[in-house]
Amino acid sequence: MSIKEVMIRPIIQMVATVATNWHLSNFLKGTIYKGKTKTVCVPGLNCYSCPGAAGSCPIGSLQAVIGGTKYNISYYIMGMVMLFGTLFGRLICGFLCPFGFIQDLLYKIKIPKLKVPQKIDKILRWLKYVILVVFVILLPILLTNEFGMGNPYFCQLICPAGTLEGGVPLLIKNESLRSGLGLLFTWKAILLVIFILASVFIYRPFCKYICPLGAIYSLFNKFSFYQINLDELKCNSCKTCERKCKMNVEITKNINSLECIRCGECKRTCKQGAITSGFKIKPNHIAEK
Amino acid sequence: MKYAQRLQSHMKYGILTISIAFILVGIIREEHLEVMKKAAKICLECIGVG
Repeated sequence: MSIKEVMIRPIIQMVATVATNWHLSNFLKGTIYKGKTKTVCVPGLNCYSCPGAAGSCPIGSLQAVIGGTKYNISYYIMGMVMLFGTLFGRLICGFLCPFGFIQDLLYKIKIPKLKVPQKIDKILRWLKYVILVVFVILLPILLTNEFGMGNPYFCQLICPAGTLEGGVPLLIKNESLRSGLGLLFTWKAILLVIFILASVFIYRPFCKYICPLGAIYSLFNKFSFYQINLDELKCNSCKTCERKCKMNVEITKNINSLECIRCGECKRTCKQGAITSGFKIKPNHIAEK
Repeated sequence: MKYAQRLQSHMKYGILTISIAFILVGIIREEHLEVMKKAAKICLECIGVG
C-alpha cells in the first residue's frame, strides 16, 4: 500500500473539517459566524454553534424547523439530506464528517483496542435509528412549550459534537455564557468525556451506535450514485477485507451494508483487486444474494 | 435480478429529483430563513447551557 493511498483519506477529512469551519478567527473572539452561508446545511455532523462553522448542521436544523411554530415538516432539510445521501451515501461519514474525523484521530492513539461482543454490537447498531425517530423527530414535534415550540432534544441531551465544537471553545472565551452553566452542561460534559474515551478504545462508537445523521445516510447506501462493488469472479473469499474493516461490515455478504462508511480500507487491502468503488459503478447484486 | 438492478438505478434518479424538488419547495416556504434564524444565534441547548 503506497503512502498516497494511506494518506489521501485523512487529508480529505482534514480539508473537509477546515472547509466546514473556516471562520477560524471566531475561535479567538468567542463568537460565531452569522453570515448567509448558514442557510445551507453542511453534509457532515458539525454544530452550527461551533465558532468557525460556515454552514448549518443538518440534524440541528431539522429539529429547529420542525420544533418551531411555523412548520411541522421541513422539506428544505429533508431535501438537502436526501441530496447528500443519494449522491454519496455514508461516504460522507468516512470522508467529510468533522466529528467522524475527530473520532478517527482519537482511535489512532496507540493503546490496546476493545472489541464489542458481536451480539451487543448488533443490538446497539439499531440505537441510532431509535435516536433519530425519538429525539430528532418525535420529541421536538410532540413535547412543546405553551407557545408550541419544541427543543432540539438530540442536541440538548445527547450530541457530544455540540459540547466539543461549540460549548468548549465558546465557554473558554465567553464569560457571560460561563455564568449560565448548570446541571445540563455537567451532563453533556460527562457524555463528552465518555465519547472521547470510548473513541480511543472502540472505532467510531458515535457513528456506529448514536449518530442520527449516519442513520439517515445509511438508508441511501444501496441507492446512492457512489457505490462499492465486489467482483465475485476475482474474490477468493480470503476475507482479509472483513478482518480489516473497522466498521465490522460483512463485505463478502453485503458490500453496500448500512454500516459501511466507505472508508476504502477493504479496497486497499484486497490483493485480488476484487473491490472497486466510484460513481460509475453498477450496484452489486451477485454478492448480495 | 436485472429487473432489481434497473429498479435500483431508476430509484436513485427518482430520489435525486425528489430531493431537489423538496429543496425548492422548502425555499418557497421560506424554511431556509428559519434555519438561518436558528443558526445565526448561539444555540444554548447545543452547547449545554440552555
